[in-house]
Amino acid sequence: MPERKTQDVLGREANMAMLRQERKANNAWNKLKRNRTAVIGFFIVCVMVLLAVFAPVLAPYDPNAINPIIPYKGIGFEGHLLGTDDLGRDILSRILYGARVSLVVAVGATIVGATLGVLIGLLAGYFGGWLDVVFMRFMDGMFSFPFILLAMILITVLGNGIWNVILAIGIANVPSFARVTRGQVIIVKEEEYCNACRVVGVSDLRLLFAHILPNCVSQIIVYATLRVASAIISEASLSFLGLGIALPTASWGSILRIGRDCLTTAPHVAGTAGLFILITVIGFNLLGDGIRDVLDPKMKQ
Amino acid sequence: MVKMILKRFLQTIPTLLIVVTITFCLTRMLPGDPAVAILGVEASAEDIAAMRAEMNLDKSLPEQYMLYLQGLVQGDFGYSYSYREDVLPLVLARIPNTLSLTLVALVFATIVGTTVGIVAAIKQNTLFDYFFMVLALIGVSMPIFWMALMLVLQFSVRMGLLPVMGMGDIKNGIGDVISHLLLPGFCLATTPMATFARTTRSSMIETLSSDYIRCLRARGVREWKVIGMHGLKNALPPLVTVLGLQLAHTFTGAIITEGIFSWPGMGTMINTAINNRDYSLIQGTVLFSAIMFVFCNMLVDVAYMLLNPKVKGA
Amino acid sequence: MNGNDVILKVEGLKTYFYQASGVTKAVDGVSFTLKQGSTMGIVGESGSGKSVTSSSVMRLMPSKTAKIVEGSITFDGVDLLKLSNKDLLKFRGDECCMIFQNPMTSLDPVFKIGHQMVEMIREHQNISKKEAWDRAVEALKLVGIPEAEKRMEAYPHELSGGMCQRVIIAMAVCGHPKLIIADEPTTALDVTVQAQVLELLKELQDRLHTAILLITHNLGVVWQMCDTVMVMYAGNTVEYADTKTLYQEPMHPYTWGLLDSMPKLSSSSKEALTTIPGTPPDLRLTGRCCNFYNRCPYVKDICRQSVPPLVEIKPGHFVACHRQNGQNRLIRGEVNAHEEYEE
Repeated sequence: MPERKTQDVLGREANMAMLRQERKANNAWNKLKRNRTAVIGFFIVCVMVLLAVFAPVLAPYDPNAINPIIPYKGIGFEGHLLGTDDLGRDILSRILYGARVSLVVAVGATIVGATLGVLIGLLAGYFGGWLDVVFMRFMDGMFSFPFILLAMILITVLGNGIWNVILAIGIANVPSFARVTRGQVIIVKEEEYCNACRVVGVSDLRLLFAHILPNCVSQIIVYATLRVASAIISEASLSFLGLGIALPTASWGSILRIGRDCLTTAPHVAGTAGLFILITVIGFNLLGDGIRDVLDPKMKQ
Repeated sequence: MVKMILKRFLQTIPTLLIVVTITFCLTRMLPGDPAVAILGVEASAEDIAAMRAEMNLDKSLPEQYMLYLQGLVQGDFGYSYSYREDVLPLVLARIPNTLSLTLVALVFATIVGTTVGIVAAIKQNTLFDYFFMVLALIGVSMPIFWMALMLVLQFSVRMGLLPVMGMGDIKNGIGDVISHLLLPGFCLATTPMATFARTTRSSMIETLSSDYIRCLRARGVREWKVIGMHGLKNALPPLVTVLGLQLAHTFTGAIITEGIFSWPGMGTMINTAINNRDYSLIQGTVLFSAIMFVFCNMLVDVAYMLLNPKVKGA
Repeated sequence: MNGNDVILKVEGLKTYFYQASGVTKAVDGVSFTLKQGSTMGIVGESGSGKSVTSSSVMRLMPSKTAKIVEGSITFDGVDLLKLSNKDLLKFRGDECCMIFQNPMTSLDPVFKIGHQMVEMIREHQNISKKEAWDRAVEALKLVGIPEAEKRMEAYPHELSGGMCQRVIIAMAVCGHPKLIIADEPTTALDVTVQAQVLELLKELQDRLHTAILLITHNLGVVWQMCDTVMVMYAGNTVEYADTKTLYQEPMHPYTWGLLDSMPKLSSSSKEALTTIPGTPPDLRLTGRCCNFYNRCPYVKDICRQSVPPLVEIKPGHFVACHRQNGQNRLIRGEVNAHEEYEE
């Protein structure tokens, strides 16, 4: 009789293989690695962060070194890979140093916004009642201002400078974080394990920070990643309007501001800086979309 | 139903009050003395003091706040010193310009965005889907002001096709209006269009995979009706939410886009107001944009109620 | 009208799901015939392919990965697999209706009942809105919905599950149904409502002379409703007979297991219900031998080596089992499998 593997043996082998695969596949990190969107986004973000970190090494010139003899030179002029601006400063160097400012501002502003917003959202969502009403009405009020307008006024109040820009964009970010967190907390706090915790006498604060917060974190991370993307644009907009990072400090927005004034004579100034903004924002958006797809089982195919 | 809409309407009042308060606080916190800003640095101390008294700046903050509220109720939004005119007519004159720009952009964005989203959902995972979703991703990631600059560079400076600045005049024919509207309108439409395409696609995919869609097919209902009527109506609520948010976003975009295209709207005026430290004008413009947002938000909520029979019945 | 006319004939139907992880043979060679005005039940545990069989008949696959790879489906003399999309629309909802498991999600939540009924009627019949409306009201009355006119203006969420199922049955009655496919029509309903819905189906069948294909995992429903029964396991037909035969002398070990696991009124509470040990096979790996061999107490070598054919051992009684296909028929309960396990 020919030795044939029965369905049973085949099934057992397949099951083992499948179990192994599933265990591997269910790991969030591995899922993220298989998600093309997330990988591309992560790659772009990493490249930008590395460029920013190693700006002093990579930059061919001092970003603020003025060379009045060679203003508005085009791409590839005598070692200036991306040309020079109105004062003959090397644009590549300015973009690399600008990446530091833009990324720090965007991430910093998101952290500020997330910290305050999450705290407000947690308290409002968990305790409800008048606390909820007061907090969320206030947030609604803030939310009613166009984002950029709120940031513009805050900057005008606080003054220029990196920290103030971070604070301004951060504060303008608070209401949306509060809303997202509150919505999530309201769902999570009704779950069985929260009731169980209450039954065994876990204190409110402990329940809130040790049990509810960790269950909201994934949503918040997704949202924060997407917010970094828009914070990059916000910083650039503010600097573009002359309200953000003050010259001569290089940021992507401030390079664009110069680029606008010489749009017809030296279009590469605005062109290159804007391209960097676009690619970085795409990177963060891809990363955020990817993480959401991984964490949201409904979206998986 | 009418009761619920009325209730939603009343809910806007505390929000508006908070908006007014925040606006007041923020403008008071602005650095620099507005009296000095108006009269110039060389003005004498007496003149400045007189001006401060006229602007009620010498009173205590709560008093100022009460006076401000009183004025608002009477329709007095203050006097703009940089324009030398009352704020209310100034703002009212500019609102139509901004509204026409944003509305054109939004209508265009809604039509194109949702159409692309629906087709992409039906043709999920095809070349069409991939192509337009990449395009939509670029759209939502686009710094609009940069795109505006690049478009101006290409179409106005290099090709000389479209005017760079200002708003067209109907006296010069409809072509003039459209050619002036084209670039700023397209810039403003980019983000909402991309967002609509993405939201419509995901909402449609979710709806089309639900039980009742399969049942409709089992009942022999034609495919275009299944998708166009049942699919779309069920997929609509998230779209309405996004539409509400995009109304606000488009207005935000207008602040910058208007500046680039010298469009005589609220955005340009807000810029001027902030640069000139024109307290009353900042207050007025900011307040108006916030009120517009609160109002839009309310409309969205009402639309939401009308669309969802479960809410309607409650 | 001749009561013996065949309305639905399915032959060698194979429906496979093509997925990244392999080809799942959800339905792997199923044949049956259904006569006009009669009721056939398809029973089997979840994942045995009964729902996919009915979806194949409707040509309405639950997912894009599913494809009918072989076989033929003949409905009233027409080959359904050769129908164009346009003709399919006429067939679906008019001549053949489907009732799904969950009535609450079977109706579009944002349209009123009346709108959905009129829409469907006018898809198939060239009549005015007013006439369609009247016909819908009539149908609602027919299925025993009180205040039919008022219900026409209701949204689905305002009705109970049983009411929704009645509305769906009413929709089926609006056309000219020759066949009603009921995919677990009572599973999502309360027990009392279940009986009412089944009673209603039976009543309509008598009145309209419709054939019913009833998919269920509840044997009790089968005894009550069906003329013939097909037992499915892992995508195959294992036994196919008229209800009386199957009830009195079932032949396949799986059917025995199924019958034993049914709670009986006579059994005392101390007796535990019998279960069939083991789990059904992975449907990506079937098709090499008897699919039931790993759970069958009567297993022999031959069961591991070849697929048992569906054999007509008595007129109208088909069984797919190696051990029932020959001289030494198995007797139910005879556990002789010990020597087989010892090898």
